[in-house]
Formats: sequence, C-alpha cells, structure tokens
Amino acid sequence: MDFAVFLVQCLNALQYGLLLFLVASGLTLIFGILGVINLAHGSFYMIGAYLAYALAPWASEQFGGGFFTAIAIGIVLSVVFGYLLEWGFVSYLYQREHLQQVLMTYGLILVFEELRSILVGDDVHGVAPPAWLAGSVQLGSVMTYPIYRLFMSGVCVLVALGLYLVIARTRIGMAIRAGASNREMVQSLGVDIRLLYRIVFAAGVALAVFAGMLAAPVSSVYPGMGNQVLIISFVVVVIGGIGSIRGALLASLLVGLVDTFGKVLIPQTAGILVYVLMAAILLWRPEGLFRAG
Amino acid sequence: MPDNATKESTAARTTPVLAAVVLLGIFPFVGGKFYVDLMVTTMILAIFALSLELLVGRTGLVSFGHAAFFGIAAYATALLSPQNEAASIAWLLPAAVVISALAALGIGALSLRTRGIYFIMVTLAFAQMAYFVFHDMKFAGGSDGRYLYVKPVLAIGPYTLLDLDRPLTFYYSTLAALVVVYALLAAVGRSRFGHALAGIKANEQRMRAAGFSTYPYKLAAFVLAGALAGVAGFLYAVKDGFVNPEILAWHQSGTVLLMLILGGIGSLRGAVLGAFLFVVLKELFQSEALFGGFARHWQLPLGLTIIACVALMPNGVTGLPAQLRRGRVPVPHAG
Repeated sequence: MDFAVFLVQCLNALQYGLLLFLVASGLTLIFGILGVINLAHGSFYMIGAYLAYALAPWASEQFGGGFFTAIAIGIVLSVVFGYLLEWGFVSYLYQREHLQQVLMTYGLILVFEELRSILVGDDVHGVAPPAWLAGSVQLGSVMTYPIYRLFMSGVCVLVALGLYLVIARTRIGMAIRAGASNREMVQSLGVDIRLLYRIVFAAGVALAVFAGMLAAPVSSVYPGMGNQVLIISFVVVVIGGIGSIRGALLASLLVGLVDTFGKVLIPQTAGILVYVLMAAILLWRPEGLFRAG
Repeated sequence: MPDNATKESTAARTTPVLAAVVLLGIFPFVGGKFYVDLMVTTMILAIFALSLELLVGRTGLVSFGHAAFFGIAAYATALLSPQNEAASIAWLLPAAVVISALAALGIGALSLRTRGIYFIMVTLAFAQMAYFVFHDMKFAGGSDGRYLYVKPVLAIGPYTLLDLDRPLTFYYSTLAALVVVYALLAAVGRSRFGHALAGIKANEQRMRAAGFSTYPYKLAAFVLAGALAGVAGFLYAVKDGFVNPEILAWHQSGTVLLMLILGGIGSLRGAVLGAFLFVVLKELFQSEALFGGFARHWQLPLGLTIIACVALMPNGVTGLPAQLRRGRVPVPHAG
C-alpha cells in the first residue's frame, strides 16, 4: 500500500470512527444512566440527515448561511424534541422490562420511518456541503482528500473534547458520572434524577441528530440509513462497555479502523470484520473494555 | 381432591389446543386458496415464535437475533437442494436443522457470556453478522438471494410418500411440524431440563447456589431454540422457493419478538396466538380495500399498535383475562 493511500484510509477510518462516537456516546449514556435500551437512537441520526436536507435551502433563503444555519436550527429542534420525547414516551419505559423497552422503541422506529416516507418520500437525496468546504486538498502527488471530511473529523474532535470537559469538570457531569455508576444512590443523595434523565436523553438525541446532519453531505440521505448506524453503535457500546464515554471513544475508533481497512485489504469479508472484532472482545472481556461503575 | 383439580386444569389446558388442531385440520376444505396459503405462512411463523418462546418465556433470555437461525436454515435448504431434481426430505431437513443448531451453538456460546442489555445487543449484532455473510458472499447469491427450483420429496423406492410441491401435502406437513414442535416444547417444559430453565429465569443466582451450572443449560436451550427455528426456516424456504438476506434481517428478529408479546410471554399458546394475530394485523394494515393508498405506509399503524399493545397489555392476549380481572394496567418491574 502506497503511503498516500494509507494516509487517506487512515483519515477515512478516523472520520468514520469519530462520527460513530457521536451516535454511540449518546446511546451508551442513555443505557448507562436511564437504563433504557433505545432502538430508536438510529432514527435520530436519520432524522438529522433529513433535517439537513430539508432545512438547508429554507435556511439559506430566510437567514442566509445555508448549511450552518440549518445545523444550528437542527440542534435546537433536536434538543426540544429529545426533551419532549423523554417526557411523553421514554419516561414510561423506566419501570419496564428490557423486552418491553426493545419492542416499544422498535415500534417507534417504524413510526419514524413511515412518517419520513410520508413527509419526504423514499428517494435518495444529496446534500451539498458549504461552498468553502467543497474542495479537496492534495495528498502526495496523485491523491486528493475532500476538505469537508477533514472538517467533519475536526468538528467531531471538538465535540468529543467538549463532552469530556462537561462530564469531567462540571457539576452536571459529576451527576452523570455518578448516575452511570449507581442510579439509586444518586437519587437518594438528592439529585433531581428526572431532570438529569431528561437532560441526558435530550443531549443524546442532539448528538445523534448532529451526527446525521454532519454526515448528510458525505453519505447522502436515504431511507433506512439509521438502522445500519444503530447496529454498529450497539457493537461500539458492547466493545466499549455500557455507560463509558471513554470506552465509546476507543471502541468507535477501533471499529472505524477495522471497518475501513477491512474493506480495503479483504473486501470479501467487508461487513463481517467488525462483528468478528466484537466476538473477540467478548471472549476476552464480556463486559466491554471500560465498564462504568 | 387435588387429583381432580389437576385433571380439570389439564383438560382446560388441552381442550383449546385440540380444538385449534381440529380447526386447522379442516381449514383447507373451507378456506379459499389465498387464505390456505396465508395459514401455511402463519403456521411457519408460529413454529418460529414457539422456538423463541423457549428462550424468552421459559429461560428469560431475550434474544434479538433469532432470525439468524431461521435464515441460516432457509439458506441451507436452498443451497443444498440440487438444481434439477428433488432433494429427499430425509436428509435435507436434518441437514438444515443441524446447520442452524451448530450456528446457534457458536453464537450462543459467545452471547451467553453476557446478560441483560448486553445479551440483547450481542445477539442482534451476531444476527447482523449472519445477514452480511449471506449479503456479501458470492456463494449465496448476494442481495438477490437464491432460488430453490425443485421442492423436496420423501420417497421410499418408487413410492413418493410426501411431495411438498403439492399445496395440500405441504399444508398438512406444516401442521404436523407445528404439532410436533408444540408437543416437544410442552414435554421439555415438564422435564427436569425445563424446570431447570424456569429456575434460571426466576433466579439464576439461586440456581447456581443450588448447585446447577447454569451456562450449559442456557446453551442447550439456545441450541434447541436455534434448531427449532431451523425447522421453520426449512419450511419457509420450501414454501416460497426463494430466499434472500432480508429473511435474516433484524426486522425479522423484531417481528418474532413482537409475536411473543402480542400473544403473551410464558405460554406456548401465546406464541402460536401471537403469530396468528401478527399475520392478521399485517394483512389488515396492508389491505388497500380498507386503507387505500395509505396501505403503502402499513408500518405506521403497525408501529403504533406495537407501542399501544406493549403499553396497555404487557402480558399479551393470553394474559388479558387475568389483567381485566385485576382491573388495572400492571407495570412489571424492570428485570
């Protein structure tokens, strides 16, 4: 493998892994703190991508700025949506068995997919990145790399850093860490657990929606795009350990590397390698690399 | 007299089951071709749901990857059948069942190292891996799937005992398979093995303290469930004469769990009833006569129905009488 090709693949792996982290970190927090297995998490990613597609033309007409205005509006909408969904739906799942949570959130996926089909249709759409990010940089003598993908990786790193700072340095972050270790104890210490749950859920939704919006120019926008991300995010959570942000980051990068280089080096086994990785980790550490608590 | 009470309850349990078998037996003579065909599909799904009931209802293991074993057996059936002549059921069915049981042995051995939420996610992930094996690998025909050109027969010398190409023969073979699987699982439930599984569901810690090594019991249940799902997969492949990766997609695993909860978890009757209810709901929502152009979006009412059913009757249709007697919606504690 030529060095430039290797570099391009490394960048691809990094970008994919970091994007996965945005989805998986919300998923792992919702598992770890709310104790809810949320199958509809992939739908938020899908909703994000469709939001980017639907909002970008409208936003540029109304406010100018196009893509980034759309992202800003999308984040606000997703926080409100996540907050309302926790209040109106997810909060009824806390006392229920895992199986019931699985089925109710599975029902939610069907509802979201069909609403998407009714509102936007089933066609594949492209989303244009902002003009100043549309070009490519030269790598070596023949290879080029799209600037937008570099930008994505950069933004994801910033979000990951921000998430780390919030969780490690703030009061609410402390409550989140404590909640991931021992829910009942946090409750009995007087933390408003309902509010904490609502904030964590809304943040998880916002992260997934943001990931979807960010990915829209690269992956384009298509039906069922959330399901694939959901299952890979499950793999990430299993590898990283439930409730662990650090585990989610490491596992996302690992999955990104294995998937990207697997597709280049052994294309026949493209889709399978990630699951083989998961099986290997399960043999070694059934509770994942870092389990919170 | 305790003896009398047991007798009565046994009669009360078996009468509806026998009545259902008789009704299914005479159905081909009263139902139209379309409905007979639909009933075959329903019975195949019922076998599939029964196999998962052993895990979810009996042992308390929520597997979200059960479609893998259904699909692996279906693919095995299609891939092993010769192109131009009929295969013999005598080897094709055991081969498909053994292959799905072996897959269950491998996946179960790894998945059962985990529990709770992890187990749900891991079984889902392994099923997705099986999906990609058939989706990406050339031998299985990729996303286009594979055809099964000649349906298998059971013949001794020149005499053909069973020709699954004949619809009526296939109907009664499926009914027989359903009865056998039901009876087998009922027998398992009464056996020492079945009691051990029930003990694991109730309190695994205590079972271990009582000296049971629970892992082999859970693995045996997982393999048996995989093998029985294989029976359903075999019948499915023969019925349609076509397999594609979608039959092992995760929607299929979700659907079969849905059947269990519709019917009511914890009873064999619930699993069969759930499969029947699911087919009725699906046909209803897909009916253009009722919903017109909206029938295209049948998954919307289905999704809402799932949410409503789980919220309002968590014990399914078979649990409904008891629930109504108590007069409130029970909220079971997280397990």
